[in-house]
Amino acid sequence: MHEPESHEGAPGVTAPGPESDPGHDHIHPAPGWFLTRYIFASDHKVIGIQFLFSGLIFFLVGGMLAMALRWQLAWPWKPMPILSRLLWAEPSLGYQMPPEFYNKLFTMHATIMIFFVIIPLLTGGFGNFLIPLMIGARDMAFPKLNMLSYWFMPPAMVLITYSFFVEGGSAEAGWTSYPPLAFARWATPGSLNGQTLWLLSLLFAGISSILGSINYITTIVMLRAPGMKLFRMPMTVWAMFITAILQAFALPVLTSALIMQTLDRVAGTNFFSPVGLTVANAPPVVGGGGPILYQHLFWFYSHPAVYVMILPAMGMVSDIIATFSRKPLFGYKPMVCAIAGIAGLGFIVWGHHMFQSGMNPALGATFMMSTMLIALPSAIKVFNWLGTMWGGRIQFTAAMLNAVGFVSMFIIGGLSGIFMAASPVDIHIHDTYFIVGHIHYVLFGGSTFAIFAAIHYWFPKIFGRMMNERLGMIHFFLTFIFFNGTFYLMHIVGMHGHPRRIADPTVYSYLQGAGVIGMNQFMTVNAFLLGFTQLIFVFNFLYSLAAGPKASENPWHANTLEWTTSSPPAHYNFERIPVVLHAPYEYSVPGVDEDFLPQTKPFPGGQRLEPAHS
Amino acid sequence: MWNFPLFPDQASSHASSIDALYFFEWAVAIFFSIVIGIAVVVLAVRYRSGSKVDRTNPPTHSQFMEAIWIAIPFVIGMVMFAWGAILFYDMYDPPGDALEVSVVGKQWMWYIQHAQGRAEINELHIPVGQAVKLTMTSQDVIHSFFVPAFRVKQDVLPGRYTSLWFQPTKPGRYHLFCAEYCGTNHSVMGGWVEVMEPAAYERWLTEGGSGPSMAEEGARLFLQHHCAGCHRDSVTVKAPRLEGVYGRPVPIQNGKDVSFVTADVAYIRDSILRPKSQVVAGYEPIMPSFEGQISETDLLKIIAYIKSLSGKEAVR
Repeated sequence: MHEPESHEGAPGVTAPGPESDPGHDHIHPAPGWFLTRYIFASDHKVIGIQFLFSGLIFFLVGGMLAMALRWQLAWPWKPMPILSRLLWAEPSLGYQMPPEFYNKLFTMHATIMIFFVIIPLLTGGFGNFLIPLMIGARDMAFPKLNMLSYWFMPPAMVLITYSFFVEGGSAEAGWTSYPPLAFARWATPGSLNGQTLWLLSLLFAGISSILGSINYITTIVMLRAPGMKLFRMPMTVWAMFITAILQAFALPVLTSALIMQTLDRVAGTNFFSPVGLTVANAPPVVGGGGPILYQHLFWFYSHPAVYVMILPAMGMVSDIIATFSRKPLFGYKPMVCAIAGIAGLGFIVWGHHMFQSGMNPALGATFMMSTMLIALPSAIKVFNWLGTMWGGRIQFTAAMLNAVGFVSMFIIGGLSGIFMAASPVDIHIHDTYFIVGHIHYVLFGGSTFAIFAAIHYWFPKIFGRMMNERLGMIHFFLTFIFFNGTFYLMHIVGMHGHPRRIADPTVYSYLQGAGVIGMNQFMTVNAFLLGFTQLIFVFNFLYSLAAGPKASENPWHANTLEWTTSSPPAHYNFERIPVVLHAPYEYSVPGVDEDFLPQTKPFPGGQRLEPAHS
Repeated sequence: MWNFPLFPDQASSHASSIDALYFFEWAVAIFFSIVIGIAVVVLAVRYRSGSKVDRTNPPTHSQFMEAIWIAIPFVIGMVMFAWGAILFYDMYDPPGDALEVSVVGKQWMWYIQHAQGRAEINELHIPVGQAVKLTMTSQDVIHSFFVPAFRVKQDVLPGRYTSLWFQPTKPGRYHLFCAEYCGTNHSVMGGWVEVMEPAAYERWLTEGGSGPSMAEEGARLFLQHHCAGCHRDSVTVKAPRLEGVYGRPVPIQNGKDVSFVTADVAYIRDSILRPKSQVVAGYEPIMPSFEGQISETDLLKIIAYIKSLSGKEAVR
């Protein structure tokens, strides 16, 4: 790991990295006007915080939708507290949730959690805040574009919220929005108007992500501090970089699919409607399009989107585990290759969402093969996290607990993924609760635990105050227990054949006799407890924001560049652009007094530390 | 709550082989979850910051170990791939003697008709031990035909035919679901598959008098929609005869070239709805489209009639 410096000249602060530009060291003054400072800000930190807050607010909305869903699944058609009185008090409804409302719930829960919570929090929030700080830049490459990328989100949020109140209500074609259900105006009440607003809203959100990803790629390629070689970047930056590439290539496909569906709805085109299609006694359309085409386009984006939601989480967790294990990240270069491998394979596995669509088995087998291969880079990641903990001096902070929770839950989510890879098994469990369990182990057990870990870890840097560790730990343990209570049984009822997206599982005697009702109620109780547990987090977040103890520059004794500047960082991030001397994970280095060695601090013996070549 | 039979019935010839693969995957998943889960806990406890353990030379990288944990999932993954691929091909090709049943899905019911003519709604009666092939289409949105006890699922698409086959092995009543979300009342779109002894099935088919078979009804529709005017003995219009066409290659005029397509259900359907898209070589594209004029159920009957002509030879 410690390579003696031999061929790159004298070690030390003066050695410039390959992309250094010592002349570019001027500092722009911070904008003085409130509006340009906090609202229409071009400062990446403010934009990151904007994404963070809007993401967390929508997280609460999405969570409440989920609790309403679970209520209906456990006690179908029973009056629901609060909502029943508010919405369904008419005699004709009799305090019962109508089935189309249930359909809206699962559609909007997924849409909000994916497009308004996880992606904006990970790439928009943490990507924005961390990338310039971690590579030693003063801001993004295109600050105005960055501002624009945030300001594409509010229209999306307004449209998606407004869609609940139009005639027919919000979209209810599922977050996948398969045509013809989605474009035929009379197919469902939500297809009347809500679906159009849904499409426009997602277009805005997608453009926001495209603009962001262009910015991230450029920033990471062009603005690294002197000495910040590619293989000295922290895993978070690597993950954000590769995620941005994924988004930049996959999102245009979704955008075009959404535009085509919008045109099918409002302009009478027939991209996705077959010949003579008629839904709900509407006059037949001319047709000539293919509904399967939409599925291909949609999954060509949406499978990579799953990796957009997990790769940044993996990067941040890698940094957090290394910091709190006081040990270099195990196998840094294989970890980078694994992220790149997952991203690359992510583009050629989308067909496994469509095994049952009547796909030719030769094509299906190809997708089966590529999907199986995803296990390889995933295994590298998991075992290397374990290797990082091995022989460490582990500090169990709230951030570390959440990161370890991420690793454990990602294993279950990853291993339940192999059931979807093997097509004969997938055909049986497709569109059942097995899939719902799997995706929640990846997106809640994975991404969301990583988001909690990242918030606890970077909160001192973002807001300059510490979060309460004890509350953080209580929140973690309760979340961990209730999360598993909510989602694990889904695999079992799913295998039994419990279809997803059904408003009433009790109509089938098949699901009635088999303990499924009891399990559904058990899951619902856990889901509510899980929801209420988040109030601890909300309290901790808000209280620490207002009255947490002031944070020092580097409270966790971490190595990466963001910890070398003040908490919170000044408008210009770094007074002088830092010069990076070695890799980011030099913890417990023999010969150094402390158990960490920031990337800017020279090694006493005059060595330059590079990640090992393995 | 604990009377839960962990598993759906195994009632088709696919079920046990799919379950074998499923259990193999389950074993792999449990094994690695437990091993890694224990490793997480052991490492977390052993190397917690307060504990006094030997931390000299902790590993930071190892090509050898990386190679091992690439190789193990690779080998297991390829075993699953080969196993899965063999099964997948198996599930795709129906045996030649399969019983043919037509299925039309619509919001929110299944319309099912047997070749012998008997039709039913939200129920499918089939004989045990006999391979059954469903030819399915949808009248509106996408549905999906799902029988957990048979471990089969196939999307039912508007505007095209998909097929599904299975061989029930155990008499009984099994739940049938629509697995693809299809709108407001998706959750009540389901029904039953009734697997009967062959003799009972024969009786069931003719219960309530033996009506016309699908092919016979198709023959009536063939006249009613004036197909016969051209496609039978016509002196004024030159149109291809349909005897013996089904399942055979048909020459298609494609600009100057002639290519061949097999006259399967999809081709016949397209030829009725979009007659100008694939014109048989040597004929003028003069047939009108029947798009929007024939319902999906009638279309299946007409196709059954054309199929029934496959044994015959055109009389010139």
